[in-house]
Amino acid sequence: MDLKTEANGKLMVIFVREERLDAHNSEELKTEMNHLFETGTKDILIDLKEVRFIDSSGLGVLVSGFKNASTRQGSLRLCGLQNQVRSMFELTRLHRVFDIFQTVDEALESY
Amino acid sequence: MKNRIEVEIKVPNQTRYLSLIGKIGEDMARELVNFCGDREALAHHLNVVLTEAMVNAIRHANAADPDKVVQIRISISNKMLAIKVFDSGQGFDLNAIPDPVFEADQLEEKGRGIFIIRSLMDSVVYRKIGSGNVLEMKKALH
Repeated sequence: MDLKTEANGKLMVIFVREERLDAHNSEELKTEMNHLFETGTKDILIDLKEVRFIDSSGLGVLVSGFKNASTRQGSLRLCGLQNQVRSMFELTRLHRVFDIFQTVDEALESY
Repeated sequence: MKNRIEVEIKVPNQTRYLSLIGKIGEDMARELVNFCGDREALAHHLNVVLTEAMVNAIRHANAADPDKVVQIRISISNKMLAIKVFDSGQGFDLNAIPDPVFEADQLEEKGRGIFIIRSLMDSVVYRKIGSGNVLEMKKALH
């Protein structure tokens, strides 16, 4: 899976550079998030700008990261959702759970 | 067969083929003649339903055995979409899967696949057939 992780102060930004976030590749995103949390990161921002398609496994991995962040008094926020991806968050009501921003810059202003 | 496309696909029981199956579904929606609805929404929904149904077959019915096969039949006309996903495993109880959205714990990590399929299709039936099972999903198109 093509992921790029960048530090922005104490915040870590993960860019998911894949067209799909699904049952085939989403565990790799979970592994990356877990690694960051275990090495002291509290706040993670995930940029989904390049993701055109997400399935229930992809959503489940993001929920897992959200819960992991919450138990560590940290946060997991999202940005760059394409329309079809956003529609899946709305279908499963998960848009009420996550803080979702248009762009990385807009998300950075929220910290 | 006028204005009707039917495709049958057999792939190994592996998640690497999800993208291929999803793309075939999208392309079928785009090629459909005389369909007046939102073609891009139909393409996306087909991709989603095929992906979720295939993951279900791979992980639950076929117990992630990479040597097994998943068979998918997609039939689409300007009035009806029908998808059948055949597995050769022990199957699962469709009704035993809780609805994550309305459960107390909305932050459940698993169990959204069947909820998503039910939300996007009009009818969902899972039944035994021969030595395996079939997940049958239908949706009227307008």
